[in-house]
Amino acid sequence: MACATPDEATLITALRARDEMAFAELVDLHTPSMLRVARGYVPNGAIAEEVVQETWIALFRGIDAFEGRSSLRTWLFTVMINIAKRRGIRERREADVAITAFTGGTVDPARFRAAGQQWSGHWRETEEPSPFPQTPEGSLLGSELVDVTRRALDELPERQRTVVTMRDMLGFDSAEVCELLEISVANQRVLLHRGRAAVRARLEDYLGDDR
Amino acid sequence: MSTDPMDCRDLVELVTAYLDGALDPEARARFDLHLLECDGCENYLQQFRVTVTTLGRIRDDDVDPRFRRRLMDAFRDWH
Repeated sequence: MACATPDEATLITALRARDEMAFAELVDLHTPSMLRVARGYVPNGAIAEEVVQETWIALFRGIDAFEGRSSLRTWLFTVMINIAKRRGIRERREADVAITAFTGGTVDPARFRAAGQQWSGHWRETEEPSPFPQTPEGSLLGSELVDVTRRALDELPERQRTVVTMRDMLGFDSAEVCELLEISVANQRVLLHRGRAAVRARLEDYLGDDR
Repeated sequence: MSTDPMDCRDLVELVTAYLDGALDPEARARFDLHLLECDGCENYLQQFRVTVTTLGRIRDDDVDPRFRRRLMDAFRDWH
């Protein structure tokens, strides 16, 4: 797990000195992603805000004891998820069991040659994927693809959305996500894979319409 | 240990494990060998990588100013 970075250490020292600018900087840096993840646990945005506010209050109450052994972000998310779970009304343990029970594929089975045919299980000739364009960040098509991706992410089932958000959007590693969400490595991978596959399909549809 | 060739249908379900470096060496070899022979799967992997990169480019909106003020007020109450 990442330790506090030098910049972070400076901000933490400033926060201990009750520096308001340092607090504002931390709030701007972490609050949007905290809200995004909190929404996966509680029924609405207002409760998510309360959870995030409670987390920040826990931070300044605990700042003198914060030792920087984990990164501040990991600390914030650990505390926040605990608060969110207490506030959340959704039962999560049963859902964890159900993750691996589902065995359907993530690609439309009609795209593969049927059993009994030659090359069964391989792409049908007309269904082979084509490469996606590699767009520079900030280009027009690049921005369109980010918009499509954001909408697809928002529409994922809650647990897939949380895992994809943490891994791909926020850059947490697999071990951190498993620990924070208390799920097994295998389940984390299933959720990540299904979520990514669903987003990929949306991008393929979007790009296909243009051709 | 299976030495059967990997179908495209199987490969598409292993892409995340492959990208995480989580396949056992034997499965990874079957995956790599399949890619050499199959443009469709090579393209599928490319699409997946672009998808992951694009997810990493999503930026959250700024904090709602009203909520930001509430957090700053909570901070001022504390010190």
